[in-house]
Amino acid sequence: MDFGVIFDRSVFALFADQSLILALAAIGLNVHFGYTGLLNFGQVGFAAMGAYGIASGVTYLELPFGVSLLLGIALAVLLALLLGVPTLRLRADYLAIVTIASSEVIRLTARSAEFREQTGGSSGLGGFAQGFYDLNPFGPGSYGIGPASYDSNRFFLLVVGWTLVVLCSLLVFLLMRSPWGRVLRGIREDEDAVRSLGKNVVGYKMQSLILGGVFGAFSGFAFALANSSVQPDNYGTQFTFLAFAAMILGGAGRVIGPVVGAILFQTLLVLVENVLIEAKGAGYISDAVLSGNDIGAVRFVLVGVVLMALMIFRPQGLFGDKKELALDAR
Amino acid sequence: MLVVPSSTREETALGHRPAVPAPRRALRAVLLGLAAVLLLLTGGAPAAAQAPPPPPAPSAPAAPSADPSAAPDGEEPVEGIAGTLANAGEPVEGVEIAVEQDGQEVGTATTDEQGRWRVPVPGPGDYTVLLDVETLPEGTDLRDEDASSRDVTVREGQGNAPALFLLGEGRSGGSSRLDRAPQLIVGGLQFGLVLAMGAIGLSLIFGTTGLTNFAHGELITGGAILGYALNVGLGLNLIPATVIAVIVGGVLGALLDRGLWRPLRKRGTSLIAQLVVSIGLSFVLRYLYLIYYEGSARSYAQYSTQSPVDLGPVGVLPRDMVIIAVSLLVLVAVGLGLQRTRFGKATRAVADNPSLAATSGIDVEKVNNIVWAMGTALAVLGGIFLALSQQVGYQLGQNALLLLFAGVTLGGLGTAYGALVGSLVIGLFTQLSTLFIAAELQVVGALVILILILVVRPQGILGSRERVG
Amino acid sequence: MPADVTKTGAGAAALAGLEARPGVPKPDPILVADGVVRRFGGLTAVEVDHLEVQRGVITALIGPNGAGKTTFFNLLTGFDKPDEGTWAFEGKDLAGVPAYRVARRGMVRTFQLTKALSKMTVLDNMRLGATGQRGESFFRALVPGVWSGQQRGIDERARDLLVRFKLDAKASDFAGSLSGGQRKLLEMARALMVEPTLVMLDEPMAGVNPALTQSLLGHVKDLREQGMTVLFVEHDMDMVRDISDWVVVMAQGRVVAEGPPDVVMADPAVIDAYLGAHHDAPLSAEEEQAQLSAAEAELEGGHA
Ligand SMILES: Nc1ncnc2c1ncn2[C@@H]1O[C@H](COP(=O)(O)OP(=O)(O)O)[C@@H](O)[C@H]1O
Ligand SMILES: [Mg+2]
Repeated sequence: MDFGVIFDRSVFALFADQSLILALAAIGLNVHFGYTGLLNFGQVGFAAMGAYGIASGVTYLELPFGVSLLLGIALAVLLALLLGVPTLRLRADYLAIVTIASSEVIRLTARSAEFREQTGGSSGLGGFAQGFYDLNPFGPGSYGIGPASYDSNRFFLLVVGWTLVVLCSLLVFLLMRSPWGRVLRGIREDEDAVRSLGKNVVGYKMQSLILGGVFGAFSGFAFALANSSVQPDNYGTQFTFLAFAAMILGGAGRVIGPVVGAILFQTLLVLVENVLIEAKGAGYISDAVLSGNDIGAVRFVLVGVVLMALMIFRPQGLFGDKKELALDAR
Repeated sequence: MLVVPSSTREETALGHRPAVPAPRRALRAVLLGLAAVLLLLTGGAPAAAQAPPPPPAPSAPAAPSADPSAAPDGEEPVEGIAGTLANAGEPVEGVEIAVEQDGQEVGTATTDEQGRWRVPVPGPGDYTVLLDVETLPEGTDLRDEDASSRDVTVREGQGNAPALFLLGEGRSGGSSRLDRAPQLIVGGLQFGLVLAMGAIGLSLIFGTTGLTNFAHGELITGGAILGYALNVGLGLNLIPATVIAVIVGGVLGALLDRGLWRPLRKRGTSLIAQLVVSIGLSFVLRYLYLIYYEGSARSYAQYSTQSPVDLGPVGVLPRDMVIIAVSLLVLVAVGLGLQRTRFGKATRAVADNPSLAATSGIDVEKVNNIVWAMGTALAVLGGIFLALSQQVGYQLGQNALLLLFAGVTLGGLGTAYGALVGSLVIGLFTQLSTLFIAAELQVVGALVILILILVVRPQGILGSRERVG
Repeated sequence: MPADVTKTGAGAAALAGLEARPGVPKPDPILVADGVVRRFGGLTAVEVDHLEVQRGVITALIGPNGAGKTTFFNLLTGFDKPDEGTWAFEGKDLAGVPAYRVARRGMVRTFQLTKALSKMTVLDNMRLGATGQRGESFFRALVPGVWSGQQRGIDERARDLLVRFKLDAKASDFAGSLSGGQRKLLEMARALMVEPTLVMLDEPMAGVNPALTQSLLGHVKDLREQGMTVLFVEHDMDMVRDISDWVVVMAQGRVVAEGPPDVVMADPAVIDAYLGAHHDAPLSAEEEQAQLSAAEAELEGGHA
């Protein structure tokens, strides 16, 4: 086993684009679930809006890159409105079902042959990222420290992305210590109580859905740009649950919870994956136990185990305060 | 810790309830049971033709690969087109079949001694399937001479899309909407009944324990795989294999409740936390299935290859008739049982108000346990039936889960008859909608219906409203 | 406490000499309900033909369990929708007005099962009650300077109320750490932060430690002294007799009697419908247990 390789790859993963994508999605989920108590299981739908916004915007509508970014955000807002107007009155479990169903509707529609022209069907879209990488001020070469070094374009994406993470977190921080955030936290606990005090609960939930949805669209931007392509099947329900697990790991209802959670969780996944690969390579694991092909599947088993274990043993995550937890809301 | 039996409301309400066995022991039992099943699966699964596995591709530090959600590495394409050639019930071997997309050949296959063939395709989409008439044995012809090609739409996660070539005596078949409708109705009825097997369990579990079980799809998949292990692995005929699988499923369901859900209820884990736990469980199970059963979809040893029997305007496979009949019988029995028996009444009492039921002498945890056993057994049966028409694959149940929710919510969460009616509507709807929309969008149609129902009538069609204050 | 001490205020005087019959018109009604009907399946939970609530007095709403009092509260405050009926607050129609707007108009309710926001501090609970906060709009929330001044004023008001309700020492504790009685107090104090003209209290004394009930009673009377109208649901007849100026009796969804406390409580129909059957008959331990767990189950919200 080559521990050096394991170490290098894990360190590389710390701030690599997968952590970034997860962090942005999880910040949005945190606004929804952590602060407002909205059980949104369709976060990937917002990410898809962002991703297809830039991809279809540039390739199908032939918009400039900047305008298609706005299109992605507008689509996410539109989705929040479409989804929110009818569903924000629903109980938590129904909201979960409706949001997960809507994200599947988006994915299945995007991949269908009917919309191949707009969305590229099942093979998706590419060739839209140039507008972004044209802005790259970093010359060719490798940037970073030690194993966490990235080529110029990737480094540019990461710098922009993590800056965005910081800005979004700052925004969440400011909002949640304001009276606006107080209303959200009240809703998280008992929306009828808040309603009885004269607050327009549905209106606040909608604002929360939109805000978190726009963060979701940011994560879609990062996802699309990191791959330089958009493939519908990357926008399945597992994306949402990965982000959800990351948020819970860090601590729902904490500003840094989803960011730290995403980084740690992604790194953990890479670590375990590489330990298995190395152990496999060294012949420590027989094919009957785990074949080389299946190492990728282990990460999802791990997602499940982490979700279960956290929920059972430490629902407040690493940084959360159990006294303040949203989970026993109805 | 998982096993700390904290004093929850149940305990205060159930002061007279007998002490439960240590949950830790139960948990171990579940793990053992699962391990046994896994062993059965790995031992029983045929040594799949071991193509040298492609080297695992970790995200090498320079490679721009960002994909937190993509399917795991090395997974075979799950989609394919398959069929069986038979002439008057006799399989036809050695016929060459080619699949094209946009004029490009995607793959070819030759029918085996059972008349079966399968061509893996790179992904969902529209394909053309061509049968090489030259390779047909002497004396065997296509019923319709011009019908040597078929246009097939492969849906996502479908496993095998069927392409049917009819051999033997010629018969001209039109395909106007009106002609297709009866066939689709039969298909929809069958699909709806099979969905109902899963939906009733889902609904009962919600009704009695309050859990929205996102792992129910994996119970269905587990059933299909368990059936496969007994049928293909151990060589049992599918009928006894199904019976055994249903029984084993019931036991495993009860163990799952004892080992996981009951301790969670006991320690007062909130319903939302339990819901998230069920999502975690669904991931664990689904990807363990993938690891130990492998990705490719496979068929059972019997009843996979049949030719339809003509029943007036529709042709029905004999196995589908059996599926419809057995499903109806089972569901009616379950429905009557819930209405008539003592257990049924207890179930409804618990669903109505667990604390009140407890004070009136009902052993709530026992009811929950039986409901879990029953729900899992039904899911196993549903899984095997579903796999008969769609093949066994690790995503079988996951793909059905949202349709189950649609059926259950259509009828109102927590009511058994509601789940049955709702599932039938969803089954018929998904089938009949293909008359008007592309087949690949039929699930979208059903999900849109689900969303609309929840929006217009959040309590479902048969459910009742919540209280305030 | 002698009855004549409590019967102060202009409103109470105006009620003198009113006929004691269901639906009797009041000289200065703040709330008027007409033909309000709510059915749950086959059960008609509320069927109020006509009811007026006099301004500036304490009106008690009594009736046996299941009489429909809570449901009636829910309907009036927009938390539930009636099958039929209209009602007006301060002369303005309220039918179909969403709950939060009802509260903003000055009609604020509390809940039978307390809804203290237990994972927020007592002070944050109070702050939430203040209306018209600039910092509650999304964009202004981002600039603390815009709302911090107003917040200081709100805090001052909140602390004053907390002192009155003897909760000031708990201001920075989580509301969840309060006792049941303290939560009732907090909920009432929080409702007052809205600056209501009509306060509707659903069983404010239920589950409150007897040592606290006297002070709670005092608070309710204070509200009247400050010119607020109070409509409250209560089971304890002594308490009702003690503080209310007017009593409305509901049974099986209908208003079966109303009038001054002594008159109503002497009414044989009332005694029949209510006092005879239920009042003072202590619940058996088992019944109590069942009610308690039913209430808790409802709180959990999973099964209802
Ligand atoms: N959401 C509901 N669904 C069905 N029945 C209800 C609902 N809410 C109240 N009820 C019924 O309406 C009647 C009146 O209840 P409620 O208003 O709570 O009575 P009270 O507050 O006077 O004790 C009761 O019989 C109760 O069971
Ligand atoms: Mg009540």
